[in-house]
Amino acid sequence: MGKIKILTKDIGTPNLQNIDVYISKGGYASVEKAIKTLGPDAVVEEVKKSGLRGRGGAGFPTGMKWSFIDKTPGKSRYLVCNADESEPGTFKDRYLMAENPHVLIEGMITSSFALGANRSYIYVRGELIYVVRILQKAIDEAKAKGYLGKNILGSGFDLDLNVTCGAGAYICGEETALIESLEGKRGNPRIKPPFPAIAGLWGMPTVVNNVESIAAVPWIVVNGGEEYAKLGIGKSTGTKLISAGGHINKPGVYEIELGVPVEEFIYSDEYCGGIWKNRKLKAVVAGGSSVPILPANLITKTANGEARLMSYESLSDGGFATGTMLGSGGFIAYDETACIVKNTWNFARFYHHESCGQCSPCREGTGWMEKVLHNIEHGHGKPSDIDLLVDVAKKIEGNTICPLGDAAAWPVASAVRHFRDEFEWHIKNPSAATQPGAVFRNEAVLA
Amino acid sequence: MKPLFSEEALAIVEKYVAKFPEGKSKSAIIAILHLAQAELGGWLSPEVMDYVASILKIEPIEVYEVATFYSQYYTEPVGKYVLEVCHTGPCALRGADEMISYMERKLGIKKGETTADGLFTLKGVECLAACGSAPMMQCGLNYHENLNEQSVDVLLEEFKKESKVRRPFC
Repeated sequence: MGKIKILTKDIGTPNLQNIDVYISKGGYASVEKAIKTLGPDAVVEEVKKSGLRGRGGAGFPTGMKWSFIDKTPGKSRYLVCNADESEPGTFKDRYLMAENPHVLIEGMITSSFALGANRSYIYVRGELIYVVRILQKAIDEAKAKGYLGKNILGSGFDLDLNVTCGAGAYICGEETALIESLEGKRGNPRIKPPFPAIAGLWGMPTVVNNVESIAAVPWIVVNGGEEYAKLGIGKSTGTKLISAGGHINKPGVYEIELGVPVEEFIYSDEYCGGIWKNRKLKAVVAGGSSVPILPANLITKTANGEARLMSYESLSDGGFATGTMLGSGGFIAYDETACIVKNTWNFARFYHHESCGQCSPCREGTGWMEKVLHNIEHGHGKPSDIDLLVDVAKKIEGNTICPLGDAAAWPVASAVRHFRDEFEWHIKNPSAATQPGAVFRNEAVLA
Repeated sequence: MKPLFSEEALAIVEKYVAKFPEGKSKSAIIAILHLAQAELGGWLSPEVMDYVASILKIEPIEVYEVATFYSQYYTEPVGKYVLEVCHTGPCALRGADEMISYMERKLGIKKGETTADGLFTLKGVECLAACGSAPMMQCGLNYHENLNEQSVDVLLEEFKKESKVRRPFC
């Protein structure tokens, strides 16, 4: 794989947050090109050709999402950037916005122009007030240069770009919950259809895109969608920011060309630098807490023995039986001392805390799973609890308005699928399993 | 209703409202509640929430609904400094629970409690998008990352010396 960087190539340049420095690196060229040469429809075409897929986790083609927007004359259209990064394991958007805010502002301007949106929002999770301030300064600078406001670059195109904040709610990363929050309400997801492209913010056509997706647009517009599509592998085009954490030597955000072998990503000094403390790898959650956990023997190789790659297709090879998902790119590594039961309980607590409570299967099911897992972890598990967990997870999955239900069910179901013997050990040996540092070992899954 | 906000805070409210189209000022509620919490005592009392409703010309229930949904709003009094330590999976892998235990011993309180002098509230919170620099905590505006016992000791001493509370609003 090549080592091309698109979103992070200039990070490290002193004062990159200053617009003059950003422009000296070629910044805002996409706004000029879109407005003076291409026109809105051609920008949409370039994004379609690029094969860019939504970087928030769903991986839906961005250009296609744009093409669904209702263009009925007289209806205001909105572009909303989802900067509510809250998926456990994921911290790439925070890094990108703080280090290179103008690439997002530039992407918002070019994308708003393509969609015909005259008012756009960047919705940042409420904890990141310092990022809100960085983005507000970038917006003010862009306005002073004539890239924002009325009649941008003499084109007649107006854009009022605003940064707003949330106040602590994972669910607001779901696009319709985000829209509700932006309307000043509780973040309860809406029933779809209608999709936001038809009836979104204040009932008007709206596109919601992740920070990383929008930040890729400037490069695509300047270099062409076909050039972007040459990067990566198959339908996983371009580059992706991976947030690497857990038991590795070098936690951090890495921009990879999609298709890098997982083994290289974990062990190369260029990325994670291997497992910390010279320990063995036990498991990986490859795409944020919502995606299925895989044991080490299935993360570097597929069930067929092929090298697994960091791409949408390769990570999902084998379906949920032996595969997982790229998701948001939140890559969490677990070493041989990690307890899968404890981690699963931890994630179940998270989803219970974050369930908005609208749908009974999620509201009740997440709490139930948390309690059962708490019991097992604390030495009070019953043999029937394992099947009970699988049963509850199954009854949540697919039965809720939004994907939080699935996101809560998958980590539990996959932990039982791949580490059932560890759950059984906890239940059969409660006094041994609750000793500090006690952990179940199965050499067969370690790498 | 008697204004609770200062002139300065009211000017900030106007800025928030101006971000939204005419007739959509309710959208500003999220930011206004952050500001109210920062400026009016560190938590959202019923009196403060009713005042925010009067500013936005909405029913108080619409404010209560929002204030009780989002985890950053406190509907009970809290300490001058709220120490919010992330305890979700990736942070837990790198010592978050041990860090919380250390702070419990250090402050003489349990998670969720406030010190007798009203200076510190200790909370375990869910993922703050800083998994690469665990363990970590948020206090006011700031993230404090790659924590260890020594760096926490230093931070707590610094907080004790500060006269002004830095509560977050945008």
